[in-house]
Amino acid sequence: MPVSPASAADVATGLKATGYLPGESTALVSFLAERLGKPILVEGPAGVGKTELAKALSKYLERPLIRLQCYEGLDEAKALYEWNYRKQLLRIQTEANDAGWEKVQDDIFGEEFLLTRPLLSAISAEEPVVLLIDEIDKTDQEFEAMLLELLSDFQVSIPELGTVTSTTHPVVLLTSNNSRELTEALKRRCLYLWLDYPELSHELEIVKLHTPELPDLVATKLVELVAMIRELDLKKPPSIAASIDWARPLLLLGAQDIDEKLFRETMSVIVKHRTDLDIVLERVGAKLVVGQPVSG
Amino acid sequence: MATPPGRDQSKADPRRAALYGSQPAGTGPQGIAPRILEFGEELRGEGVAVGTSELLDAFSVLELVSWTDRTDFREALATTLAKSPDARRTFELVFDRFFFRAAEVAALEEGIGEQGARGESPDGDQDGTPGEGEAGDGEGDGELDMELIRQMVAEALRDGDEARMQDLARLAIAAFGRQGDGSGVIGVDVQRIRRALGLKAEPQPELPPEDPRAEGLPREEIRKFEAMLRRELERAQIERTRALPAARPLNELDRALPSGPLQDLAAVHKVVMQLKRRLKTQGQEARGRKRHSAVDIRKTMRASLETGGVPVQLKYKPHRPRRPEIYVLCDVSTSVTSASVFFLSVMHALHDSFRKMRSFVFIERISEVTEVFEKERDFRKVSEAIAKDAGVADISGYTDYGRVWNEFAAEVEDDLHPRATVIVLGDARTNGREPKAEVFGQIAAKAGRTFWLNPEPRLYWNYGDSVIASYERYCEAHECWTTDQLEEFVKALTQPIR
Repeated sequence: MPVSPASAADVATGLKATGYLPGESTALVSFLAERLGKPILVEGPAGVGKTELAKALSKYLERPLIRLQCYEGLDEAKALYEWNYRKQLLRIQTEANDAGWEKVQDDIFGEEFLLTRPLLSAISAEEPVVLLIDEIDKTDQEFEAMLLELLSDFQVSIPELGTVTSTTHPVVLLTSNNSRELTEALKRRCLYLWLDYPELSHELEIVKLHTPELPDLVATKLVELVAMIRELDLKKPPSIAASIDWARPLLLLGAQDIDEKLFRETMSVIVKHRTDLDIVLERVGAKLVVGQPVSG
Repeated sequence: MATPPGRDQSKADPRRAALYGSQPAGTGPQGIAPRILEFGEELRGEGVAVGTSELLDAFSVLELVSWTDRTDFREALATTLAKSPDARRTFELVFDRFFFRAAEVAALEEGIGEQGARGESPDGDQDGTPGEGEAGDGEGDGELDMELIRQMVAEALRDGDEARMQDLARLAIAAFGRQGDGSGVIGVDVQRIRRALGLKAEPQPELPPEDPRAEGLPREEIRKFEAMLRRELERAQIERTRALPAARPLNELDRALPSGPLQDLAAVHKVVMQLKRRLKTQGQEARGRKRHSAVDIRKTMRASLETGGVPVQLKYKPHRPRRPEIYVLCDVSTSVTSASVFFLSVMHALHDSFRKMRSFVFIERISEVTEVFEKERDFRKVSEAIAKDAGVADISGYTDYGRVWNEFAAEVEDDLHPRATVIVLGDARTNGREPKAEVFGQIAAKAGRTFWLNPEPRLYWNYGDSVIASYERYCEAHECWTTDQLEEFVKALTQPIR
């Protein structure tokens, strides 16, 4: 039976239990979205856990996750529904001889011939679900417009069939990397959540949650270094997942401290571009050589 | 009440309401609902798009959230009212200002001071800065114990107690903020106060060991405290000057392009980034380079249902428009350097919207800089690299268009074809040399489209040594001296060729 949280604090504890440490506003907004039945628009730089939030919510609320990955050129046939034309053809061919045209015509536009795509599945699901519409900024504006009906009324109109209305309200998350401005109409229908790179203490908690055995000193230094690297103008700044990934090799190597050599050897975990590697080595690696403490 | 300078009349009213409170204390309807509406009104005044549906959402959200918890209350409002990072920034400012004022008014009405003791700032309140705050123990007569404040601030920072830090920030400004007149620059004042308080992340062994500062304070808390000081000072400045700070980052796009020597590079870099993001919105559909239309099986089959499964009508996949090929030529003589480098930065930020892009800079001769931009992403570095290595000045340092056309033609003549676009940015001032417009004409004839961007206002064209008219015969000339005009041009350029 899906969980129904009573307060934002409940959501925070619940998410934490699934291995996702929500920030201050994350838990609150998730709670509000669940209670009000409004979609959440999650924006923020790549790798701050936008998609993870949806997964964690689905785990915590005990609702299945339905995911629609957006891309350029995504259209309603792939997102919403499509008629199964092969099956329709077969039907026509097998029945054309002995049944009247009227009957066949009625038949081939029945639910039997409907292929549900993620959006329609979410709407018509028997039990409540979490619907994740990932990277909505990758689609074009036409697609956004198509979503409007779905997001405000949780219904889909199929011309041949009628309107499918949801019986159970899905929790909807839309994520965006902010690579283009979304339309006002879409924003108006959503609650807005801006996720940014977490503060040092918060990221430290996240790392600790995933690798509890890592020595405190290493963990602290790790998040400080990652924060420093994010300050640089890189092609791809390290994500939160990268911090967690970096913690694992450090743990395996039994590191007691991060020195210049260790940093040089393992930095490829967090920096994924050749030019970026150079910049990071030059700016951050050099500091470790001098032996300056990263912070007081 | 004067209209804040630099704003048009239509925006002045809600802004004024925002500054002075649209409701005089005690006359408006009571309760939280009208306050929220006023708050929405203030946000609108600051240019945040707040619709009725957003306000309705705000109300329904507030039913679920305890309004006694400041963080929850703020986040709940923000999630419904501020729907972009920019809007969120404005929201924070307006929120603080609005509810700060509301609290002030209410406190005055009720005659409440914090813990009954309202410490007044030593140099009085003549400029309207509220000198209210926790006055510590036994501070009743307007004298503030500086050392005590230092201690209290340090303790609050060590414990990470944000509410206390907030209060103490006000107190610290009252105590240390106006020795002398204040520099008028908020950043400088913040640092001065921080130094006066002796807040350092490094340990300070010379202090007695029981002092929290002796072991150094958490860097992050210091940063937070600085942010609070900054906010308080900004607020004080708003009150004092009766206008919002003039520099609103959102308005940067309306500024004139940088002219003269390279200046204010950080700001330019930011504009380039903003432009890049806005322009990326367009041009999305300009990807893909299908030459021939292909049959769309899916659509054809669907259409065939009307004819009993016989595909009578073929459906084609939509024709994807091609991306343009671009050649950019930029004058980098001192009069137009900044505009050129700026333009090149924008173009290169967008390079994936084009199929191919080559860029050249010129003064007396040309030099290809495509690679510089591919390697460097930092605007400052790019301008340095161009100044140092391009080697475009020969003897005089004056632009020689005739020679430039000849060299350019020699370099790219074979590559030019009717689908290529050539863009020239320059003031067309020949310094008395031969314009050689006919060579330019040949180039323009070979290329499909040719544009000339002139960073001078149209008023000055063809005066003095400007020969733009002789080139204009062969190309489309645009005036381009503000970022707005530039954006319009780039927008038109990134539209797919049909």
